[in-house]
Amino acid sequence: MLYREAGQFKTSYGADQQIFPIRQDRIAMAAILAFFFVGVPLLANQYWLQAILVPVLIFSLAALGLNILTGYAGQLSLGTAAFMAVGAFAAYNFELRLPWMPLPVSFVLAGVVAAAVGMLFGLPSLRIKGFYLAVATLAAQFFIVWVLTKFGWFSNYSSSGVITTQKMQILGYAFDTPVRQYLLVLTIVAVMAMLAKNLVRSSTGRAWMAVRDMDVAAEVIGIRLMHTKLLAFAVSSFYCGVAGALYAYAYLGTVEPEGFNLDMSFRVLFMIIIGGVGSILGSFLGAAFIVLAPIFLNVTAHGLFAGNIPAGLASNLELIVFGGLIIFFLIVEPHGLARLWQIAKEKLRLWPFPY
Amino acid sequence: MSARQIGEVILNLEHISLAFGGVKALSDISFDVREHEIRAIIGPNGAGKSSMLNVINGVYRPQHGAITFRGRTRHDMNTHQAAAQGIARTFQNIALFRGMSVLDNIMTGRNLKMKHGFLLQALYWGPARREELAHRRKVEEVIDFLEIQHIRKTPVGRLPYGLQKRVELGRALAAEPSMLLLDEPMAGMNVEEKQDMCRFILDVNDQFGTTIVLIEHDMGVVMDLSDRVVVLDYGRKIADGTPDQVRNNREVVDAYLGVAH
Ligand SMILES: Nc1ncnc2c1ncn2[C@@H]1O[C@H](COP(=O)(O)OP(=O)(O)OP(=O)(O)O)[C@@H](O)[C@H]1O
Ligand SMILES: [Mg+2]
Repeated sequence: MLYREAGQFKTSYGADQQIFPIRQDRIAMAAILAFFFVGVPLLANQYWLQAILVPVLIFSLAALGLNILTGYAGQLSLGTAAFMAVGAFAAYNFELRLPWMPLPVSFVLAGVVAAAVGMLFGLPSLRIKGFYLAVATLAAQFFIVWVLTKFGWFSNYSSSGVITTQKMQILGYAFDTPVRQYLLVLTIVAVMAMLAKNLVRSSTGRAWMAVRDMDVAAEVIGIRLMHTKLLAFAVSSFYCGVAGALYAYAYLGTVEPEGFNLDMSFRVLFMIIIGGVGSILGSFLGAAFIVLAPIFLNVTAHGLFAGNIPAGLASNLELIVFGGLIIFFLIVEPHGLARLWQIAKEKLRLWPFPY
Repeated sequence: MSARQIGEVILNLEHISLAFGGVKALSDISFDVREHEIRAIIGPNGAGKSSMLNVINGVYRPQHGAITFRGRTRHDMNTHQAAAQGIARTFQNIALFRGMSVLDNIMTGRNLKMKHGFLLQALYWGPARREELAHRRKVEEVIDFLEIQHIRKTPVGRLPYGLQKRVELGRALAAEPSMLLLDEPMAGMNVEEKQDMCRFILDVNDQFGTTIVLIEHDMGVVMDLSDRVVVLDYGRKIADGTPDQVRNNREVVDAYLGVAH
């Protein structure tokens, strides 16, 4: 079937306001969901599920969180990993201290705690912008990791703040196999992505973008800057918090505060830069790219130079190529992979007649 | 002009003074605006016209003076109150949200009227969905009114200057304001675009009864459109009256028209 909107006339604003107004897009989306919910569990092996798909999904969620704050509301943040840490440690403590609490409730509450902390560190955004705000969130990054390491209570007094997460169980059903864990993560991420998509298309999302694009004009329309920015910090940190909880529970199992370091914050930032700033789809594409590219480079490097060059040099080559790719994207397509995809779709829509 | 009734004074500015450091942008300015009228503010560059609009809707806070809007007197306005009470505006340098489409820009004009919280909106369910669609319908009326149906999905950054100005007017109109502040809505337009913009301004005033405060450099336009004119020069008010009175005022001719011709 050709990719066309011809013949699909919208007869109501409701139809025009759908997430995917073009029928082919709806079919494609259904197919993608079916593939990931049904196809992947049948096809993928344990390595793919545990080492690739689960982290890609979790980082997509974190990137989505950062994209809400930076891409939509225009507030730069370097504290993403710290907000993830808050989520991870909050979920751990809820499960530890209130063992009767169902896991999904712990995850939601972990997100809420992260949202509260995010709002607190978002307060400087009411006064400062851009580079200076980034420095303020950098302080959040170091401060939160320091607190979680310094005060043993958060890790139940384990050495250097390491926590080992409890088994994942919902209503007696154990998520103890790679397939089950993958499906749990996929469900949470898919639902939260849909909620985010709705939100950014609503008046809340428009208020975020208005503040991002021209704050004086936004104020004159009656948008409250303080409320709008703090809500962006809260929602963004909620997403990062849930991502952090999943990172601890469904991916690593054992984490320490230092694992959520500045390096990780930057990694999530690169994801949205490469995937597309201000794009839900871009959050997924960017996360997949950043997780997969090093693996891909590693495999090719070893395939090409197997045994001929020292291993140290090979891994440095990876870093160089990786850095080069990031610079390439920043210069050639600052709107990221999502924009490339959109251009491809626009071309396809007009194909084979370019005018 | 049409049969519209000019009503009572709804905005009264008394002894407004505003300075930026040593620069006196406005010195002891008083004038009023009546309901349903088109009130022009003219004056040479740097006279303080834009500053005056910024004082009216709370972007700037004057050091002295009082503002009475709809019976309530304040020392200064605040932007949120101004918007909530029905004051909308456009800017001299287009202040659209560049990353958004025409439709979304105009939809933002209705944000204040959208009451459902972000949780319902995230679900896009029931009341939140109905609300969104009801406001979309209103916005489509504005789009029809301004004849910009063909560009509703275009990102505003891609539009030519004249259309951007029209979209900005649309965003202000979407709020269904009772008072509209327009800062040089026709600056930089060609003759045809100017004519369109004049027609829209007259229609808004005529059909919706919207009170309009207008800054404009084109004297022909000012004389045609406005009911009364305030003339500023170096932050002082030098004349106030009907277009005819102002045109024949000695000081205005010296300060302003003399310079322009
Ligand atoms: N935010 C500001 N900070 C400092 N000075 C300002 C500011 N806004 C306006 N001014 C000064 O106030 C004076 C009046 O400026 P304003 O923009 O109100 O003039 P205007 O009549 O709108 O001129 P124009 O026709 O050029 O738009 C000018 O001297 C200007 O430099
Ligand atoms: Mg001006």
